[in-house]
Amino acid sequence: MNPLYSALLFYLVAATHSLASLWRSDAHRAISHMSRWHKITLLFTVVGFVFHTVVLLTKVGEADFVPFATLGEAVSFFSWALVLIFLVVELKYRVYVLGSFVLPLSFLSLLSSGTFSGGSGALGVTTGDVWPRVWLGLHTTLSLSGIVSFAIAAIAGAMYLLQEHFLKYKQFNTLYFQLPSLDLLDRWNKKAILFGFPLLTLGMIFGGLWARDFLESLWSYNNPKMAVAAVTWLFYLLVLHGRITVGWRAKQAAHLAMIGFIGAVLIFVTLT
Amino acid sequence: MNISVVGLNHKTAPVETRERLSIRADELTDTLCRLRNSPFINEGLILSTCNRVEVYIVSKETERGIDAVRQFLYRQPSDLHPKSQPLGISKEVLDPCLYTYTGGDAIRHLFRVASGLDSMVVGEPQILGQVQDAFEQARVHQSTGMLLNKTFEKALSVAKRVRTETKIAQRAVSISYAAVELAKKIFSELDQKTVLLIGAGEMAELAARHFITHKVSAMMIANRHYDHAVALARQFGSTPILMEDCVLGMTQSDIVLCSTGAPHYVIHYEDVLKVIAARQNRPIFLVDISVPRNIDPKINTLDNVFLYDIDDLQLCVETNLQARKEEALKAEAILSEEVERFTQWVKSLDVIPMIVALKDRAEAIRQMEVEKVVGRMGAITPRERELLDGLTTAVVNKLLHDPLTALKEETYSSNGNLMLEATRKLFRLDKK
Repeated sequence: MNPLYSALLFYLVAATHSLASLWRSDAHRAISHMSRWHKITLLFTVVGFVFHTVVLLTKVGEADFVPFATLGEAVSFFSWALVLIFLVVELKYRVYVLGSFVLPLSFLSLLSSGTFSGGSGALGVTTGDVWPRVWLGLHTTLSLSGIVSFAIAAIAGAMYLLQEHFLKYKQFNTLYFQLPSLDLLDRWNKKAILFGFPLLTLGMIFGGLWARDFLESLWSYNNPKMAVAAVTWLFYLLVLHGRITVGWRAKQAAHLAMIGFIGAVLIFVTLT
Repeated sequence: MNISVVGLNHKTAPVETRERLSIRADELTDTLCRLRNSPFINEGLILSTCNRVEVYIVSKETERGIDAVRQFLYRQPSDLHPKSQPLGISKEVLDPCLYTYTGGDAIRHLFRVASGLDSMVVGEPQILGQVQDAFEQARVHQSTGMLLNKTFEKALSVAKRVRTETKIAQRAVSISYAAVELAKKIFSELDQKTVLLIGAGEMAELAARHFITHKVSAMMIANRHYDHAVALARQFGSTPILMEDCVLGMTQSDIVLCSTGAPHYVIHYEDVLKVIAARQNRPIFLVDISVPRNIDPKINTLDNVFLYDIDDLQLCVETNLQARKEEALKAEAILSEEVERFTQWVKSLDVIPMIVALKDRAEAIRQMEVEKVVGRMGAITPRERELLDGLTTAVVNKLLHDPLTALKEETYSSNGNLMLEATRKLFRLDKK
């Protein structure tokens, strides 16, 4: 059985299952009490995740240990890391509703990763020096991890805006009861950006080192990816600064996290 | 042995009747003694709360036991109206209010009561403690035996199971508690939060008490009359502030409970604009429990402000009540399963000793009659004796075969208790 298809299949079931739980009035039970419904979602996610890990390890092996150099692989890694974070958060906070947001995104990104099958020469991997390859590997892994963190911040932001809407307009529906408190969502948003920003920063530094060795210049003006990355990086720097000093929190912070993620997606799009 | 319950509750009896029958803690010793005095009651337990008075008994003869309880209730003395009705309550008044359940139905009733399914507010938690107390008291007075003890222990564990497996007891069903629940959806932890109580309306005060039990870090109290604020603040262990300082107080408060008698807005849109800026967008939860409203409703359009008036809280409570009703259906399913299992066990307690007793009795009669005949016949050979024994044993066994089979089969059916009782009476198994 093809591990990629298996992973997709299991993610699909987990995603639809957790989406369906939004309409179940008893799916949210006590936050500390895991219902059978959630166990099923979790089981499918874990099995899918194992297959997905196999896929990624094989790819990295094939690429001579320069990971995620193609857009397809990068998107696949993005999907994998999202699921990993979902599983960690599940275990720590037991906020099962996160799955309803994360799993569909993971599934769709993994599904789309198959369509971006550019050759691994896209980033010009050379067989020569060892250092450029190390830089490149660190660059891709760290930047991608940063982007995944920003995705989590954006998801927390979206959940915040939903919950804020329910609280403001007194809509006590199933989703309202399943979503965690505004305060917790705001903290996730902040933590995710605080975590992702240094990763992206390091990723960009290694990218620069690789560019210095491979393209023989740190910065290239006609490289849209570099420009988008720089703008995104500046944006998140501003968001963090605003959060700490001016009090950009709560609803504003939720909006900012979602806008910032558009930049992160653009980095992907310009990865060709 | 059969469990029965006779009682009345808020659905069947008006408060005048309930208070006539309610039993105070200090009267319980006498009352339990009086109950146990009846020869038809083997075990007894009284559950008396403000919404119900129920007498649980175990009796050998169900009908007589129930009748004894009814007599007991008619004669329940009351010191509420000692002059008008010194000799208890009349049959005509009481009978329409009483309900009676026996066997499996009585067990189901007790399980429902303990789980809060029979309560006025479905799922309310106090009843479990009350059942526990009643059981404890009865045990202290040694008025219960093995069967009631097992039944009540089971009822308590079933109630706990219902509580953990359904959401029946979750979510607030009072307006004041709904405010706490909403605050938790905004702030998650309340222990770092400050509450500002404006005015001294009853409901706001109640909500303030709930917040204190949820360990908010500080509370400020503002009142038009500063001395009132001081008095209330002393009671709550909080800080009194001047009414003029309210807006300043709001900048430091995360939760504002407002309930003054003022016929106009006390908190205005412009005030809150300033407060939000000063709070650097930290969310603020405003609860307006006053009618007419004291907080300008336009304030809810501001970002990071959550304004709830009394109708909003009411809506929240109604949603929760609806959810509790849905959960109650699940609870009933759990109960059915538990009742089924427990009644089987109770019946097995009866049927096996009864079969043994019936066989013993028949055997005793047979041997007695054989001895009589042998006495009259004089000397007989062992062969003749053997034939005589064989004949009588065959007659007894053939006669008993069908009743015993029926007993074994029917005990677990719905009229199993009737069958057991009939057997006991038909064969006079009580009289040794």
